[in-house]
Amino acid sequence: MSFLTVTYAVLFYAATAILIGGLAYKISVYARTPAPLKIPTTPAPTTTSGVVMRMGREVIFFESLFKSSKWTWLFGWMFHISLALVLIRHLRYFTEPVWFWVSWLQPFGKYAGFFMVLGLLGLWSRRVLVDRVRYISAPSDHLILALLVGIGITGLSMKFVAHTDIVSLKAFVLGLMYFDWQPLPADFNLLLHLLLVAVLMIIFPVSKLLHAPGVFFSPTRNQVDNPRETRHLAPWAAPLDSSSAE
Amino acid sequence: MADYETPKLLADVPVVVVPNIKPGAMSHSSPYVAKPDHNIPLGFPGELVENWQEAAIAKMGDILQKYRSIQVYLDSCVKCGACTDKCHYFLGTADPKNMPVARQDLLRKVYRRYYTFAGKYFPKLVGATDLTKEVLDDWYSYYHQCSECRRCSVYCPYGIDTAEISMAAREILDSIGYGQKYCNEIIAKVHKIGNNLGLPGPALEATLEDLEDDIKTDTGVDVKLPVDQEGADILLITPSADFFAEPHIDGLIGYAKVFHAAGLSWTLSSYASEAANFSMFIGSYDNMKRQAERIRKAALELGVKRIMVGECGHAWRAAYSFWNTLAGVGHGAADDDKYARMLQKQLDPRFPVPQHICESTYDLIQQGAIKLDKSANDHRRVTFHDSCNVARASRMGDMPGGQFIIPREVIKAACNNFFDMAPETIHEGTFCCGGGGGLLTDDLMEVRVKGALPRMQALKYVVDEHKVDTLAAICAICKTQFAKVLPYYDFPMHMILSVHQLVGDAVILGSND
Ligand code: SF4
Ligand code: SF4
Repeated sequence: MSFLTVTYAVLFYAATAILIGGLAYKISVYARTPAPLKIPTTPAPTTTSGVVMRMGREVIFFESLFKSSKWTWLFGWMFHISLALVLIRHLRYFTEPVWFWVSWLQPFGKYAGFFMVLGLLGLWSRRVLVDRVRYISAPSDHLILALLVGIGITGLSMKFVAHTDIVSLKAFVLGLMYFDWQPLPADFNLLLHLLLVAVLMIIFPVSKLLHAPGVFFSPTRNQVDNPRETRHLAPWAAPLDSSSAE
Repeated sequence: MADYETPKLLADVPVVVVPNIKPGAMSHSSPYVAKPDHNIPLGFPGELVENWQEAAIAKMGDILQKYRSIQVYLDSCVKCGACTDKCHYFLGTADPKNMPVARQDLLRKVYRRYYTFAGKYFPKLVGATDLTKEVLDDWYSYYHQCSECRRCSVYCPYGIDTAEISMAAREILDSIGYGQKYCNEIIAKVHKIGNNLGLPGPALEATLEDLEDDIKTDTGVDVKLPVDQEGADILLITPSADFFAEPHIDGLIGYAKVFHAAGLSWTLSSYASEAANFSMFIGSYDNMKRQAERIRKAALELGVKRIMVGECGHAWRAAYSFWNTLAGVGHGAADDDKYARMLQKQLDPRFPVPQHICESTYDLIQQGAIKLDKSANDHRRVTFHDSCNVARASRMGDMPGGQFIIPREVIKAACNNFFDMAPETIHEGTFCCGGGGGLLTDDLMEVRVKGALPRMQALKYVVDEHKVDTLAAICAICKTQFAKVLPYYDFPMHMILSVHQLVGDAVILGSND
């Protein structure tokens, strides 16, 4: 086994552990922390199924963002939908035989990579050109964009410029999954691509990428608007609210 | 008074132009700091404690564990910028720290420094900073330039509510003895006397008697304003501003006329003589509960079957969203919930508790229980201002958005000439009056005037287009604020009215004595 293969194998085990462990920890913190008061942003659904719909529209169509900024919505939505397609396309490296719906989506996934990079560049240009957005940007906000663009470009170049040996790559990935390591093709684009992906996985749970699980826990979006009909109590406040303060 | 200019209104557009940022434009603005007399009754240290840095950071940790909103919001912002042009204070002042995300960042950068991995080890990279006195003063300044109106939360893809962040920040400031005089002084008055004005029972009774005389002189009818009447059906909790001055007091007269015309049995309470709950503005759960408990206690003592709330925005939020949780004032408590059941078993299940006065008036109109003569308001051309806390933090009626429909239907039932402001400036997108969230104080006049700009712009458009001369509102703070800032924008101060003044002027008084 080459040094390279071992390094990348270890890197990916570590990155996966950090990603999963970190997210699990954060999600458990969000789930454990109570929301003592009813604070949905109204008008809000009055039923649980309504809340599921609201959250669905938010997560799939970015409803609130659409209301607020059409450009940000366009670029942001383009990026996220393309990313989803690209991720689905990548499932073919993890499955043998490849699931039928994954192969069915291949042609879309192939071009989605372009839209993904385009969306990112759109978002980045707003970060530089709009004075308000420039003001609120920290170095990390630019770096995350750079990281994602880097991942996109190295990925695209393997598809459209210099093909990599995807058969061996798949063997490597499956090998990682089944703890039966196989050699990783030493192709510069591929190595860079994988390195950036590993970095992304590692920073995910300690960065603003936490918006992904966060949105599901946002009380302004996930609460049912029914405070008059049912008495809402949260653990730390409940003992207080079961007695008089005076 | 500081030296500043009232922003200019534009011709022919309903919405202001988003300004280029002017860093530091409002850094001089800060309200008076609370004194020991204001702080101690609320359970806060009298003045800034010596170990404030340590204490503030510890308090932040405490809040992070108690409020999911704060924990999730501080982590989740992606700096997309979608909220940056949504705050009326930014639109009116151009100070970038009045952009909702930047306001949050004042707290977030300290959160990151002390409570996150990235901020502990790579502070520069993620914009984390130590909690210095300078940062603390920035908190004090800019968290008192937020009216907690929640407009930003409507537009944020994650629903991040800067109002929650401002409340948390003020709670931290209070916990180290660095609170705001205006809010804390008022809350102390409620704890002691029962209302924001500090109006004691006998004075309240005298005021109400005078009002009864006035109505009698005006209409020839004996319309009553009962107080502390045991066995009445309805307990009305209203902002104490309604007892005090125009335009509020004409709204109170309107409620009384409606009750009279419908033949309803109602009472005010001298003990719970305040619907406002300023403790919400400072994020103090304990004080908010103490204030809400007054309503519970009065309802129990008077034995009422229904609880109704007068025209006030944040009070309606506190009542609608929080009273049930805080004091069991609502329905639906579990069978073993003795504390809440004690009151709830006494309440009439056919009516929502608490009920907004507009919900009640709307129902009475629908049922034909009161009749209105619209022509009584023919000399007025009316528009309606959606108050933030009604629009974005509560509801009326039984369907989402009822808070937009019901007050408008009430107005339309009371007058012939109604014109809405531009769609992007009303309903959930409504612009704050500029004086909410504990900013309704003279020491914040500049922020108030500038923050009113987007609302004034929308008003100008409807005035120019439809010759509107009356601005109706259902919030005591909005009414007070507008009465003060309208003249700055060359509108007459008296164009602001209570919705129930329109109703009161139109309602046909029956012979129920
Ligand atoms: S809550 Fe309102 S005042 Fe506060 S930042 Fe958001 S938009 Fe501005
Ligand atoms: S809209 Fe929400 S996520 Fe975007 S910058 Fe504002 S607070 Fe952050």
